[in-house]
Amino acid sequence: MEAIQTSTAIEFPRYSCALAAQQTVVAIKRAAPIVHAGPGCIMKICGMVGQGDGYAGGGDIPCTNTGEREVVYGGEDRLREIIDGSFKVIDADLYVVLSGCTSDIVGDDIKSVVLGFSQAERPVVCAETGGFKSSNYVSHELVVKEIIDQYVDLHKNGGVERGLVNVFASVPYQDPFWNGNLEELKRLFEGIGLKVNILFGEDSGGIDEWKTIPNAQFNIVVNAWVGLGIAQHLEEKYGTPYIRFPYFPIGARDTSQMLRQAAEFGAVDNAVAAAFIKKEEAKYYGYLDTTMDFLLEFRYGLPRRFYTLLDASYAIGFSRFLLNDIGILPSRQFILDDTPERFRDEITGLFAEISGLRSAEIEFLSDAGVAHELIRDDENRNRALILGSAWERELANGLGADLLIVSVPITYRLILGCAYVGYRGGIRAIEDIYGRVLDTFR
Amino acid sequence: MSAVNLNSPEVQIRETRLNSITGFCGRASDLVRCSHARRLHNRSRSFSQGMMCSSSAAFCQLSMIVDAAVINHAPVGCAGDFPNFHFTFRAGQAERNMPSVIGRYFSSNIDENDTIFGATQKLADTIRLAYERVHPGAIFITTSCASGIIGDDVDGVAQVASDELGIPVIACICEGFRSGIWTSGFDAAYHSVVRGLVKPPRRKTNKVNIINFFGAHVFDEMLQRLGTEPTYIVPFSNVEDLKYVSEARATIQICPTLGSYFSSALEKVYGVPEIKSPPAYGVAGTDRWLRELGGILGQEDEVERIIEEGHERIGPKLEEYRRKFKGKTAYLTAGAAHGHAIIALVRELGFSVNGAAIFHHDPLYDNENPASDALAHDIATYGDINNYSVCNKQSFEIINLLNKYRPDILVARHTGMAHWGAKLGIPSFLVDDEQFGFGYDGILNYAERIEDTIDNREYLENFAKHAVSPYTKWWMDQDPFTFLGGDTNVDSY
Repeated sequence: MEAIQTSTAIEFPRYSCALAAQQTVVAIKRAAPIVHAGPGCIMKICGMVGQGDGYAGGGDIPCTNTGEREVVYGGEDRLREIIDGSFKVIDADLYVVLSGCTSDIVGDDIKSVVLGFSQAERPVVCAETGGFKSSNYVSHELVVKEIIDQYVDLHKNGGVERGLVNVFASVPYQDPFWNGNLEELKRLFEGIGLKVNILFGEDSGGIDEWKTIPNAQFNIVVNAWVGLGIAQHLEEKYGTPYIRFPYFPIGARDTSQMLRQAAEFGAVDNAVAAAFIKKEEAKYYGYLDTTMDFLLEFRYGLPRRFYTLLDASYAIGFSRFLLNDIGILPSRQFILDDTPERFRDEITGLFAEISGLRSAEIEFLSDAGVAHELIRDDENRNRALILGSAWERELANGLGADLLIVSVPITYRLILGCAYVGYRGGIRAIEDIYGRVLDTFR
Repeated sequence: MSAVNLNSPEVQIRETRLNSITGFCGRASDLVRCSHARRLHNRSRSFSQGMMCSSSAAFCQLSMIVDAAVINHAPVGCAGDFPNFHFTFRAGQAERNMPSVIGRYFSSNIDENDTIFGATQKLADTIRLAYERVHPGAIFITTSCASGIIGDDVDGVAQVASDELGIPVIACICEGFRSGIWTSGFDAAYHSVVRGLVKPPRRKTNKVNIINFFGAHVFDEMLQRLGTEPTYIVPFSNVEDLKYVSEARATIQICPTLGSYFSSALEKVYGVPEIKSPPAYGVAGTDRWLRELGGILGQEDEVERIIEEGHERIGPKLEEYRRKFKGKTAYLTAGAAHGHAIIALVRELGFSVNGAAIFHHDPLYDNENPASDALAHDIATYGDINNYSVCNKQSFEIINLLNKYRPDILVARHTGMAHWGAKLGIPSFLVDDEQFGFGYDGILNYAERIEDTIDNREYLENFAKHAVSPYTKWWMDQDPFTFLGGDTNVDSY
C-alpha cells in the first residue's frame, strides 16, 4: 500500500510551531524569553516540547498575553511595558523577545520596540516567530542566528582560537534527550582534543560561551538538516568553515566515524584522537560482547524488525544502529519532521545504503496518522520494535510490539540526563530497548 | 448581563457577559460587596506572565467525549495541549474501567499562506479526513488566534460539512486572544454542546447531570440513595449521552466557574433545574448543598438522614484534626470557585488562611443569583480573608507573596505553582481531583493529605537549600502588587 497524505492536516503531532523556539532560549543558561503572543501559547508549547521548566521557562516566562485590544490597536506599547517589567523582575543575562501569531498577523514592529531599549544596560534581542511561519525545527535556526547577529556580534573579541569548535546538534526540548546528548557530544569532541562550545544545557557556559562563537576554528553540525543554516551563516559572517555529520551517531561505528571526520578536519593531534577512540570502542564493544549471549539465546522472543516514526536525525541514526549493532531489521521508516524538500534526496540516499547489504524504505510525512494506518496494514508476522512518541503506545499495544519513546510527546517517560548519541548513548539504547522487552514477561 | 443565545455560533466572553475580572487585591468582603452591587472594576497588570487560553479550556472538555473527534483549526503549535489531555483521557478510562479508546485530534495546520488567503478549504479538508479516518459520532472544531484574526467562517464550514456528512460538525469559537479569562473556553465548549448536540427532552428521566472535570465518581452512592442516577459530563461521556442531558431531573456542578454557563443554559432552555448553592465543601457548605438538592428531588427526609450520618461519621476525627492544625497557616492559589472551596476546607480544618491568589472573579454567575457566590458563603461561615487577590496565574506575584507570608502549607490547584512552594521550602500540594474534597468525607480526605504533606519535609529542606530562582532580589523586596495598576474599565481588562 502506498502512503498517501491527501491533506495538510496533522494527526498525532510531534513538533510545535515557530514560537516554540522559546525553548531554545530557555536552554541557554540564564537567558530568558519574553513572549509577545496570546495568553495560552507558552503553556501549549511546554505541553508538547518541555518537560521541566528550566531556569526562566514555563509559567515564569513574561508574556504580553495579547488580547482583543492589542489585536485591534497594535501591541507595541504593551510589549514595551512587558520588556521593561521583565528587566526588573527576571534576573537574566540575555532577554530574547519572540512574537507569536497575533503580533505577526497584525504587524507589530517588535524590532523597533527592542531597539528602543539600551543594549548597554540589558542585552535584549528579538525574532519574529509567529506560530504559522514554520515548525520549531526551522525557527530554532532563526533564533540562534538572530542572537548571533544582534548580540554575539557586538561582543566578538579576538581572532580564531585553534581547537575551539561550536557544536550544533539537538534542537533543545524538541529532542527530549537534548541535555544528555549535548553533554555526550561535548565529552566526545573534547576527548579527541577539541575545546567545545556546546551552547545549551547543563554543560554549557551561558552567554560568555556564546560570545566566543566567532572565535571558533570550525563549526560542527550533527543533524540531518537543522543547524546547517546556522553553520552556513557563520561561514558567511566570520569565514568559519564547518563540517556536518548528517544524523545522530548512536553506538561505536557511527560515533567513531564522526570523531575521525572531525579530527581530520580540525587537524587535531592524531595520537590523542586515536587513543580516545580506541579506549571508547574497547569499552563499548566490551558491553556489546556482554549482551551478545542474551541477543542470541533469549528464547521467549525479541523484536526482530523495527519501525521509526521520528525526525530525520534520529530516524537515520537509530536505523543504522539497530541494524548494524544489534541486528534488528528495518521495516518501513517514517520521517515526520516536515523535512524541507532540499534535504530529502540525501536522507533517502542514506537509507538506500543503510548497510553494505540492504536498504530501507522511507516515507516523509507530517501526518503520523498515515503512518499508523500503514503499520497496521503491514503483515505483522514477528515481534516488532517501534521507535516513536507517546502517540504510538496504543498502536504498539495493538500489534504486540515493543515501543521505545524517543520523540515528543514523550508523556510516558521521565527524561533528565539520558542520552542516546555517542558510545554511551548506544549502550543506554540497548539497555532501554531490551529492558522494556524483558519487562513485558510475566 | 448573562445571555444564552443558541442562534449565535459563539457565547460572549466572561468579561462582557459576567463582568468578570482578573486583577484585585484587598479584603474578600470588599470584593463580594462590589460584586453584588455590580460595581466591580478590574485592575490590569503592567507586567505579566503567560497563563492559559480559552482554546485549551474548550479542548479540555471536548477532547474526552469518547466518540467525538476534535479539530483544532490552528497552526500546529496550538496542538501542544493534545498530549496532556490525551494522557488524562487514557488514565481516566482505566480508572473507570471503560473500554480503551484513543483520542482523535487533528490540527488543520494553518501556515503563512493561509494567513493571507484564508484557511477554510484546509478546514473542510481536515473535516473530511477526520470523518474518513475515524467515523466519529460528532466533530468539534476549536478555533485559534490565527483563524480568528484572518476571519475564517468556521461556523459556515462546519454547517456545510454537517449537512454533507450527516453527523454533527460543530464550531467552538474559543480563540485565545478574545478573553483574558481562560474559563471563557469552558463556556465556548458548552455552548457548542448545547447548540450543536443537545436535543429537546423526549421524557424526564431519573438522571442527574454532574458537570465536572475528570474526578472520582463520589456522587454515585448518594444519588442512588436519593433515587437518581448520575451522568458525569462532559469528559468520558459520549455523543448520545450528551444529546439527552436535557432529560435530567437536575444539574449539579463541582465548580460553578466550570459549569456556570452549561447548567444555566440547560435550565433556561430545557428547564433542567440547577443546584444554586455552591458545591458541597466544608460542613456547612455540604449541609446547605444537600438540602437544596433534596428539595429539588423531593427527598428532604433522606437528605436529613444523610446529613446526620455525615456529621456523626466525621465528627470525632474532624475535632482531632482541628486541634492538630490549630494555629497553622495556609496559602492557596486556585481557580475561582474551586479556590473558594479550598478556603472553606482548610478553614474547616482549623487553619487560618493568610492569603489566597485566585485566578479570576465572576461577580455573579450566569444564573445571576447571589446565593451561588461561594466566596460570600466562605466569609459568612468562616469570616473575612484579609489578603485576597485575584491573579491569573502570575507566578511572580504569588512567589513574592509566598516569600512574605511563609505559610505552613501551600495548596495549589494548577500545575506550575507547587514547585515554587518547594523552592521556598514550604510544604505544598496540588489538588489534582476536585472531587477529592467533596462532601463530609472530603474534609477528612483533605485533612489526611495535608497532614502527610506537612509531615514530609526532609526532602524540601534539602531541595530549598539548592534551589535557583530567576526572580531578582529587587523584585522579592517589592510590594507584591507593584505592577497591579489602578482601576480600569472591565471592558478593556
